[in-house]
Amino acid sequence: MGNAEHTAHDHSHDHGHAHHHEESWVSKYIFSQDHKMISKQFLITAIFMGVIAVLLSIFFRLQLGWPGEKFQILNFFLGDKWAPDGLLDKNAYLAMVTIHGTIMVFFVLTGGLSGTFANLLIPLQVGARDMASGFLNMLSYWAFLISSIIMVASLFVEGGAASGGWTIYPPLSALPQAMPGSGTGMTLWLISMVFFIASSLLGGLNYIVTIINLRTKGMKMTRLPLTMWALFVTAILGVLSFPVLVSAAVLLLMDRSFGTAFYLSDIFIQGEALDVTGGSPLLFQHLFWFLGHPEVYIVLLPALGISSEVISTNSRKPIFGYKAMVGSILAIGFLSFIVWGHHMYVTGMNPFLGSVFVFTTLLIAIPSAVKAFNYITTLYQGNIRFTPAMLFSIGLVSTFVTGGLTGIVLADSALDVNVHDTYFVVAHFHIVMGMSAIFGMLGGIYHWFPKMYGRMMNTKLGYVHFWFTLVCGFGVFFPMHFTGMAGATRRYYAYSESPFLELVMDFNTIISGFAVVGGAAQLLFLFNFFHSMKYGQVATQNPWGSNTLEWTTPVKHMHGNWPGAIPEVHRWAYDYSNPDHEEDFVPQVVPMKPGEQAH
Amino acid sequence: MKLLIILVIVLAIIAIVQLTKVYEFTRALRKSKEEEISPADNKLNANLMVMWMLTFFIGTLYLYGRYGDYLPEPASEHGKDVDWLMSVNIWMITVMFFIMNAMLFLVAWKYQYKKDRKARFFAHDNRLEMVWTLIPGVAMAFIIVFGLITWNKITGPASKDALQVELYSKQFGWIARYPGADGEFGAANYNLISTKNEMGLVSKELIAGKIEELDADIDALKKQLEENAKLPVMPESYVETLEDKIYRLERHKQRILDLGEFKEPSGKSNWETGADDNIVKGEMHIPVGKEVEFVFRSQDVIHSAYMPHFRAQMNTVPGVPTRFKMTPTITTKEMRGKLGDDKFDYVLLCNKVCGNAHFNMQMKIVVESQEEYLAWMEKQKTFAGEPATEAAPAEGTEAPADTTKNAMMPAAQASVKTTR
Repeated sequence: MGNAEHTAHDHSHDHGHAHHHEESWVSKYIFSQDHKMISKQFLITAIFMGVIAVLLSIFFRLQLGWPGEKFQILNFFLGDKWAPDGLLDKNAYLAMVTIHGTIMVFFVLTGGLSGTFANLLIPLQVGARDMASGFLNMLSYWAFLISSIIMVASLFVEGGAASGGWTIYPPLSALPQAMPGSGTGMTLWLISMVFFIASSLLGGLNYIVTIINLRTKGMKMTRLPLTMWALFVTAILGVLSFPVLVSAAVLLLMDRSFGTAFYLSDIFIQGEALDVTGGSPLLFQHLFWFLGHPEVYIVLLPALGISSEVISTNSRKPIFGYKAMVGSILAIGFLSFIVWGHHMYVTGMNPFLGSVFVFTTLLIAIPSAVKAFNYITTLYQGNIRFTPAMLFSIGLVSTFVTGGLTGIVLADSALDVNVHDTYFVVAHFHIVMGMSAIFGMLGGIYHWFPKMYGRMMNTKLGYVHFWFTLVCGFGVFFPMHFTGMAGATRRYYAYSESPFLELVMDFNTIISGFAVVGGAAQLLFLFNFFHSMKYGQVATQNPWGSNTLEWTTPVKHMHGNWPGAIPEVHRWAYDYSNPDHEEDFVPQVVPMKPGEQAH
Repeated sequence: MKLLIILVIVLAIIAIVQLTKVYEFTRALRKSKEEEISPADNKLNANLMVMWMLTFFIGTLYLYGRYGDYLPEPASEHGKDVDWLMSVNIWMITVMFFIMNAMLFLVAWKYQYKKDRKARFFAHDNRLEMVWTLIPGVAMAFIIVFGLITWNKITGPASKDALQVELYSKQFGWIARYPGADGEFGAANYNLISTKNEMGLVSKELIAGKIEELDADIDALKKQLEENAKLPVMPESYVETLEDKIYRLERHKQRILDLGEFKEPSGKSNWETGADDNIVKGEMHIPVGKEVEFVFRSQDVIHSAYMPHFRAQMNTVPGVPTRFKMTPTITTKEMRGKLGDDKFDYVLLCNKVCGNAHFNMQMKIVVESQEEYLAWMEKQKTFAGEPATEAAPAEGTEAPADTTKNAMMPAAQASVKTTR
């Protein structure tokens, strides 16, 4: 790399640190080791994956909303094998559901959300030239890209993609005889996940090391913006829990390919009694959910961090209860490791163990409630500017509260018996985790777009996008609570066989209608995003009047982030409307006035 | 059609592009910036917040009113406890839902941007924070205590005279088995499963039959191998496949030969107690007012036995027997009367994705009076082929009523809760 003919990177570089070399197009845009570029790579990949996941969900919503009806559009996208005459095939339906969940949880909301914002914000907000290891960071992105490609490719193999649900419980996922999707599709799913986990670990280690070691002078841990705390705890959760999923996946691969029986016992399938005894399908569930539950917070915490930042900035008020917010992030992070069993109340797990998990799970409600109250108090007596990012963050508080409350029902094992694996669960986690995290991500994109691309996104389109997304999001998921309480089971291709679920059919049409409109509304975002990248209004250095360090860097990206020395930090990140100051914001780099109290 | 779809998409994109251009043009004229939110925009969004809140709340109330208790009243004893606890929980979270969302949206509306106001510098208040740590703490304590009381009731041991029913799941259907006159299930083993013996029950005859079947298969394969060996061209992979098949069948045979026999508490061999078991498909009958303990087994993958009207659910896991007990309180007939629906039936659904026909893997449940139940049972055949003269014993552990019947068919099928 070195001396190519480009001109884009020729801004002032002579300021005393070691980033002088010119870069080729390839090393700048493809094999970049710059955290800002890697962040954009993650974001674009995640948006691409997100489009696929939303499309898949619309495909299966069409079948659920109008069962048995023929949609040429399905045939157009899926072909004659999966949607003959436009009628979705039963196996294809399960594959869509599975890959939708997998992509959303892992690729969009883990890789996409953490990958984008941890990479963009960590060096900028702690005051570092780059990540601790730019090379590992690059590897992290490339592992992510490879795993994304494998996952998408698995949609096209013989037999179709993995179809056993995103939780891939064996024996269903272990036995190719059990369903077509458990063949090559499942193998690719597992391989893709191994790459994904490698990516996540490389990224996570980097984030942790950078936050601990590369903070600029004066940036005490207690002065870190809440985004940093959230991303820090997220990275720790990932590093501790993802390896367990690797072991689960490797054991499953061995069961599939090498005749072991970790998860299999006493199985007779397709006319053959298999030579397996002594394994336990429950072992897989324990291993899976040991990752799976922290994963929920890996998805959620960055969104909460982003919204803390956005809400404080746009209320022009300090975040309420900074210490309590940090404390609740830590508490949620810790508790998330000892609650996985609440996914397994009706698996035949020892009921006493179930009781323990009821206790630990419900404890999480306390730090979560503290966070919700603190958000509202931050808004209280503020001076709120409704930027699109702010709208999404307020929306996030609403979804976090609304979805979180139904979690209380699901955490209660006695109640879970009747709503386990029903649409009540689908409603709960789509609102509390799906919508909240997506809102956090979209809010983050609107807020930091000027930092990423040096231009502003269109505000008006942002408004339309938000209101459509909020209304359609709740329109899709809120009614599902009621179908769930009525006994509507999950992952059903159709409800025509269950006359007692007549209401589900009425509901499903409405829900699918909202899903189609809500999905279409995302086109506004896509257009706004890509259009503004090129033609948006050029951004100023600190468009939102924000305190954190990233807004002290030049608009145009450069290696090393700051021309000259890294600024020193003198105060916390939330001195908004501080009565000691004229302006309604005081950036962290402003020294304390004599006699001013630190907060 | 495809063309039309593409056309619509293209037109939509062009429309958005044009609108944006117009918008950007006017913005350039007005010299406003994206980051400066105009008072009109702030006001609009603040008002939309309140409008959305009202829509959201009215929608929620409508849904509660119309569909809040769509599922009929619980038809089981513990179901009443579950429903009571559920309503307490739902009340509590619904109240919190209204309070929190109202606070959020109203605060957002009230404190919308005003040019001449400065936000209050209000960074923390320990007393306030203590309050909203304690309130959820106390609420959770209540929920945990009441939840666990109910949970312990549901999962506690079944009474001794409970009727035992085995529910057996496979892709894609349910089979129910009643222990018959002796009150004991015959042993079962997956190695003995065949078209005639779907649940893999064990008896000397069935073992002999299965081994014979396997031997025949092995011989046929060996013969095939020998005959093919004479052919000039014989792909190696084909030989390997055949040899592998033979090897697996021999292992299968060995596993059957390894099956152990032991004595039940009643003194009978566990290979003999299955003769009087009743195996039924299509519909399962249970008597009202009597505790039923379900024992679940699965043939292939994980399924879940979900009986929403009884507020009951338990996964069926291959290799790991599971249990759930309940006492039905309302017969099918009574429930039909209550709902005014002659066609109503209780159902057992599969609620763990298990393959492409997951969605219609179900079984009818009939709850009826003890007499009707006994009458129905009498019509069922035992596994050995005899009509079931004696249904499940009134007092479960009391000795089998008719031992001579067993003596008449010594090597019938066997039994035990769930033998491997």
